[in-house]
Amino acid sequence: MRHLLSAGDLTPAEAVTILDTAAQMAATQEREIKKLPTLRGRTVVNLFFEDSTRTRISFETAAKRLSADVINFSAKGSSVSKGESLKDTALTLQAMGADAVVIRHQASGAPHTLATSGWTHGAVVNAGDGTHQHPTQALLDAYTLRRHLVGDGGRSDVTGRDLEGLKVAIVGDVLHSRVARSNVQLLHTLGAEVTLVGPPTLVPVGVGAWTARVSYHLDEVIADEKPDAVMMLRVQRERMSSAGGGFFPSPLEYTRGYGLDARRLAALPDHAIVLHPGPMNRGLEISADAADSPRAVIVEQVANGVAVRMAVLYLLLAGGAPATNERADA
Amino acid sequence: MGTSTSTTGGPAEDGNLVLGPPEIARALTRIAHEILERNKGGADLVLLGIPTRGLPLARRLAERLVAVEPGLSAAGLVGSLDVTMHRDDLAQHPTRPIGTTRVPGDGIDGRVVVLVDDVLFSGRTIRAALDAISDLGRPRAVQLAALVDRGHRELPIRADYVGKNLPTSTTERVRVLLDETDGRDAVLIEGGTR
Repeated sequence: MRHLLSAGDLTPAEAVTILDTAAQMAATQEREIKKLPTLRGRTVVNLFFEDSTRTRISFETAAKRLSADVINFSAKGSSVSKGESLKDTALTLQAMGADAVVIRHQASGAPHTLATSGWTHGAVVNAGDGTHQHPTQALLDAYTLRRHLVGDGGRSDVTGRDLEGLKVAIVGDVLHSRVARSNVQLLHTLGAEVTLVGPPTLVPVGVGAWTARVSYHLDEVIADEKPDAVMMLRVQRERMSSAGGGFFPSPLEYTRGYGLDARRLAALPDHAIVLHPGPMNRGLEISADAADSPRAVIVEQVANGVAVRMAVLYLLLAGGAPATNERADA
Repeated sequence: MGTSTSTTGGPAEDGNLVLGPPEIARALTRIAHEILERNKGGADLVLLGIPTRGLPLARRLAERLVAVEPGLSAAGLVGSLDVTMHRDDLAQHPTRPIGTTRVPGDGIDGRVVVLVDDVLFSGRTIRAALDAISDLGRPRAVQLAALVDRGHRELPIRADYVGKNLPTSTTERVRVLLDETDGRDAVLIEGGTR
């Protein structure tokens, strides 16, 4: 792995390796001393062209727990045109010796451009680009699913296991969601069955080519498929005009059709868990009852995010020479 | 971790057999008695095996300790200590998988930690292990047990308990095979010009 640009690039083996590494990282985060010397002397740049709280803080925490130096670059308010600013910024970062660039950009494909342009020699990690991909979110969701639902509900060792046979419903604003796109690819790679649920206006054109079923009725999916997990997506109102922008008649109607409330929570199988990538619109896609229920693992997702990002940074940055048969002697 | 565990080696005739199953068993039994003698019993002991092959060795040592001192429990004695994230040579090698660190019982504060590894060579793994231990707690003392000491130290580190001192040249490779990981017990020397 040289870069992490898309969840679709990962092979099943690579994805499982990341999850296994994340599990070891998570174990270190339960200790009193959480900092590890592993990436000492490496520099990680957080290049955020779009607002983000938890992803940036999560990457920053992950890099610092591994003793890397972190430079936060927020491009908000920059008036330079996109292409130029990305190139100039990348050249600046290259001159400063960035070993990894974590990039969030409002334009789909910006991380790919950065990785393939030769502007920077560092590893590029996609932290969300437009409506395209958010691979580390999908990885932390997969990690959370595996922890709770594989191997006797997390009581036995799940190292090396994938998500074979799990049924996951991804509900809501699929159209604007890079989280949904990354999850559909990654969960499919890991062997889970994904069903996308949303109003027809919020399901993208061409969804038939995705490796997921599509339904427009949440209650039917809950009753018929008995999903092991439901992932509620945020209604991305900043990408719509006010009052839903014509994607749905009113917030109340959206909530009636696709919101997760106490009634729908009760209709789920007993072992099912509730995920949400955050930030939540309480009362719109998820009710307070559901968000605060013991089956919601939303807060745990944030903690798992740090472990998964530590794993990604470790796997991208720690190794040096290309693979040979040589091993170090004790 | 860490002796040469290349996959290029094959059956026994590829290497020079140095220790067979009975010699390994005797060496471990002797080390177990030395550990008890030196520490005047096993009350405060924790055996931390360094994956991959240090861990089964630590388990075998614990079985022997329990056999001599019936008050001990093997499960409460053995833990594993992964040193990957504390190594100083990460950038010189392809990315290594991270092993499990598990400390038994109430942790290592105030106890005597015996590190267990298969081969002691440069000493760099042990240096990393000492750093890893200091992140886990503050033991009263740290001791080192190695099945094979092949010399060529690069750091001021020595073993407290050694199964076999094995003079080698740097071009040779020492392979430790264990039943738990490799299907049989053997210590082999391979390659090199002798």
